[in-house]
Amino acid sequence: MSQTSNIEMHNPASSKKMLMAMVGIGIISAFLIVMTFELTLPRVQRLKAEALEKAIFEVLPGTVRTQAFGVSTNGELVKIEEGDKTETTLYAGYDKDEMLVGYAIEAAGQGYADIIRILYGYDPDEQKLIGFQVLESKETPGLGDKIEKDEGFLNNFKALDVSVSEDGKLRNKVITVKQGEKQNPWEIDGITGATISSRAIGNIVGTSTTEVVPILYQEHKKDKTSQGQKQMESDEQR
Amino acid sequence: MNTESLGSIFLNAALVNNFVLAYFLGICPFLGVSGKMETATKMGGAVMFVMLISSMSAYGIHAFLVRIDAPFLQLISYIVVIASTVQLVEMFIKKISPALFKSLGIFLPLITTNCAILGVALFQTNKGYGFLESIVYSLGAGAGFMLALVLIAGIREQMNFAEVPNISKGTALTLFIAGILSLCFMGFAGLGA
Amino acid sequence: MSNDNSKSKQEVTSTDEFIKGLWRDNPVFVQVLGMCPVLAVSNTAENALAMGLATAFVLLMSNILVSLLRNFVPKQVRIASYILIIATFVTVTDYAIQAISVELHKSLGAFISLIVVNCLILSRAEAFASKNTIGKSILDALGMGLGFTLALFCLGAVREILGNGSIFNIPIFSDGYQSWIVMILPAGGFFTLALWLLIINAIQTRKVKS
Repeated sequence: MSQTSNIEMHNPASSKKMLMAMVGIGIISAFLIVMTFELTLPRVQRLKAEALEKAIFEVLPGTVRTQAFGVSTNGELVKIEEGDKTETTLYAGYDKDEMLVGYAIEAAGQGYADIIRILYGYDPDEQKLIGFQVLESKETPGLGDKIEKDEGFLNNFKALDVSVSEDGKLRNKVITVKQGEKQNPWEIDGITGATISSRAIGNIVGTSTTEVVPILYQEHKKDKTSQGQKQMESDEQR
Repeated sequence: MNTESLGSIFLNAALVNNFVLAYFLGICPFLGVSGKMETATKMGGAVMFVMLISSMSAYGIHAFLVRIDAPFLQLISYIVVIASTVQLVEMFIKKISPALFKSLGIFLPLITTNCAILGVALFQTNKGYGFLESIVYSLGAGAGFMLALVLIAGIREQMNFAEVPNISKGTALTLFIAGILSLCFMGFAGLGA
Repeated sequence: MSNDNSKSKQEVTSTDEFIKGLWRDNPVFVQVLGMCPVLAVSNTAENALAMGLATAFVLLMSNILVSLLRNFVPKQVRIASYILIIATFVTVTDYAIQAISVELHKSLGAFISLIVVNCLILSRAEAFASKNTIGKSILDALGMGLGFTLALFCLGAVREILGNGSIFNIPIFSDGYQSWIVMILPAGGFFTLALWLLIINAIQTRKVKS
């Protein structure tokens, strides 16, 4: 009995020491991490917001003010205010006369190397895409990264047709075609040396527009009819 | 957010963006270890298994951390989970098959510092994969890892009989082989797209 | 490398602790340690430099903390404690880089977090910092970190010059230069490292012969 208690006398001391050491280090670690996180958070958020604003101004030319929106589970547009935790997927841009320039929509998908993230601008009046920018890509430099730089490719997105038909769906799905074979306004002229990357962009834009554009278009139609009604009412009152 | 099918995720992780040949992950212990086919297959199998379990745990941890709004604990929790998984796997193998445990030898502890396993956990989180997608991703990564290791080991075994300049023997030669293999794997580009 | 007593010997050993990391025990070229997580992002000089400095920073901080706590951590949990300490500083570095440059963070991505499995840092903690004073550990970390960064820079610079015709994004060849795209691809990383090892091996063998 006394022998085992003698052995136990040694072990608890070192187990306690081990536990104390790990807990001690754990506390130091937690302190360092949380402190760094809190210190860098405001600046990181500011940098991200600035970068996003810049991108939105690029894809929606003329914008001076943006408003974040999300899409609710039953497919409706939902305005997002400060601190709201709903996922933001698109932004409305308003020009200096508070007129809607269009919506900037984020989308992502697998490219050749890794996920590509893009931002594109949609004009619901003209029912066209009016701007495009690659936010993040790890495509091969000199080959795949032409999707970011090639003038001809970028021009595809100055007036890409995404009109909505009567049944509320996109009339034609956006796809990438071989370079030089673009026949229709909803097609994207690909890049010969970067087939996979340019096709990936086509897929990303195609999937995203199919999902989001009808919702935005309906919303826009509703706004216009209610605006029109208000105009009629104020005219009648005169 | 993602437009990929499960099949393309698997092929992408195994071939197009092979963890060893495209991301350089998982070669750290390998370069030091001798180039034998047998050891490569065993290491590959063990890594594949640990990858799968770590990937599932990583998914759970990430979901939890998002819930409690503590994203900064991600790295530490992933590492702890991977290290514990390897410990558990080691004890498990020891119990059910002492022979297998003996033949694996020092490989099991080496897996803890295997960059590829942490890589799988981090990449799948960054890509925002769901649970099923994460599993397929880790299986693909593990399969690709084993494939690359087996190929390199096989070639190295043959190279033992080849006449190469002395200064290139060892690590430099292995790296050249890996580079050529990496170029070959680029032929898989677009697979499953 | 004895922990010694006389003052003049101490001074020589101090610089020695620093210099050994640069050439004789260079972590990448001699010890062949810790390159795995970094090769993927060493395709430009800027990325390589950033990764090297980030790793050096983590190495320095972890060496300091490990050396500080070396008498308080029992042997059985030492590896676990090293990993915890290293992971902490890697997380700190990750957020620091995010705050410095969003662009850089995007280029390096998850590979910053992978610094934690860099065999170099763990090996220095175990082999040196846990057995030496803080001062010496700092010198060791600085030397190894610098040697590591230098080696990485050699990789990144060669890859960028041959593969993109530029260095730090400044073009250095005329417009007619056809860049060797393969150098920017992963295969190029393998080849470049192999070539550097070849060169260093050749130099070492020649030294031994003479």
